[in-house]
Amino acid sequence: MQSSGSPSRLRVNGAERVGPYTLLRLERGGLDPGVPGQFFMLEAPGRLLPRPFSLCLAPAGELAFLVDPIGPGTEALCALRAGDEICVLGPLGRGYRLEIDRPLLVGGGIGIAPLPFLAEQLGGSPPVVLGFRTAEHAEAASLLPGAEVVVDPVLVNELIDPGCEVLACGPEPMLQAVAELCPTAQLAWEAPMACGYGACYGCVVEIDGALKRLCLEGPVLDAARVLAHAEVAA
Amino acid sequence: MRILNASGCLDALAAPEVARQLDAFVTKTVTPLPREGSAPPRIAETAHGMLNAIGLANPGRDRFLAGNLPRLRELGIPLSVSVGGFCADDYAETCAALFGIEAIELNLSCPNVDEAADSAAEIVAACRRATELPLYAKLSAAHPDVAEVACAVAGAGANGLSLINTLRAVALDRQLRPVLARGSGGLSGPALKPVALHAVSVCHEATGLPIVGMGGIETGRDALEFAACGARDVALGTVLFADPGAPARVRSELEAARVEAGVANADDADGLSKSPETEEKVPA
Repeated sequence: MQSSGSPSRLRVNGAERVGPYTLLRLERGGLDPGVPGQFFMLEAPGRLLPRPFSLCLAPAGELAFLVDPIGPGTEALCALRAGDEICVLGPLGRGYRLEIDRPLLVGGGIGIAPLPFLAEQLGGSPPVVLGFRTAEHAEAASLLPGAEVVVDPVLVNELIDPGCEVLACGPEPMLQAVAELCPTAQLAWEAPMACGYGACYGCVVEIDGALKRLCLEGPVLDAARVLAHAEVAA
Repeated sequence: MRILNASGCLDALAAPEVARQLDAFVTKTVTPLPREGSAPPRIAETAHGMLNAIGLANPGRDRFLAGNLPRLRELGIPLSVSVGGFCADDYAETCAALFGIEAIELNLSCPNVDEAADSAAEIVAACRRATELPLYAKLSAAHPDVAEVACAVAGAGANGLSLINTLRAVALDRQLRPVLARGSGGLSGPALKPVALHAVSVCHEATGLPIVGMGGIETGRDALEFAACGARDVALGTVLFADPGAPARVRSELEAARVEAGVANADDADGLSKSPETEEKVPA
């Protein structure tokens, strides 16, 4: 499950715009794609620390990551071109449990990132609902043909059938709302990480009512583990 | 020259294959009582460095001794335990409970907790009475005269020095608010290296004690520079986050750097920096 040997140097095969995001395609090298929801640490050229990304797609011989250019590290990743090389470590952390009967995939914004690989691994074209801030962001829905898409001010939570087993990824307020609606949901959480393998203690999140390292406990968490905290706090 | 990790920059139980590349593993600082640590966000990247405010998160002395330490011993790596506290007795009581390890590092300089009330020398003296294990005093370069502190802890019975800890610093977000929930944090990474080299150099001159040098080491050449300033061993910190293969890489690069610099043995590099010209440039 954990993979914390030396990072692998991977060649960039291509970088394509998907709405405001960039789909960065890397040669797979010897790396295992892992389980959907697991993540990889990608070297951000010119920066000291790598950045965590869940795997978006695993085409033959490739690993593809969806990058939102929100700062100098992600901007450097979006500027990569075919032939460049970066160091990659992974797969890391715990992904989604796939043995479920009635999956519903829920994504908010860049939280769409792990869902294409998740849908592929679940098989049988599971239903998908996606919410985005703007029509431009919603162009990313092209990564999941057939998904139901809403744009702000309509919220993705309004499309959730509580009878489904929800597998979600998105901003924290969305995940909290999903957790309250579906206490059995699996939620892909996010936190700043320096290492991704338990060394830096930087990525702690309140899990089971205590600060725990997300890179080891998650990033996919059972809703009950974060809800417990919310109830205690309330 | 041995390659260690900087305390708090590696969990040997979570990543044993990284720890096994080291000549010795230094634990995260252990305090008498459990500490959950600082609220997130705890880390921030800066120009040529990073800030952290982990806040000495640790299971506390009892759980460490009963749970973590036996499991660490099973890894078969020489161990050094980093000890912290808020008064001399805190440190001494933990030191008295430690055995079967190679050394104790006294964290006298964490920037993410309030200062210990007792002086570094008082803490070292109390620990000296509590244990016969080798004591390494980890000092901050934020003191106006780190060599003076080094002399004081040497006089109190320290067997060696760990130099340097992070430096207290602040990073602001786009809205000009501190990125870290704690406000300030400890600066680490390449930005620290020149500060660390200077501290190692003056403390080596002042005390002659064995020194574990650390602060921004990324390559074998960096490690050799620490040796040239008087470090006997080096520790890797921030570089481990981006490169868990760094200990093995730095070890092999060190050999190439030694050949390129024309040094017969990395352990003989000490003294390279002490040309008369350099001595004049190093302020007392």
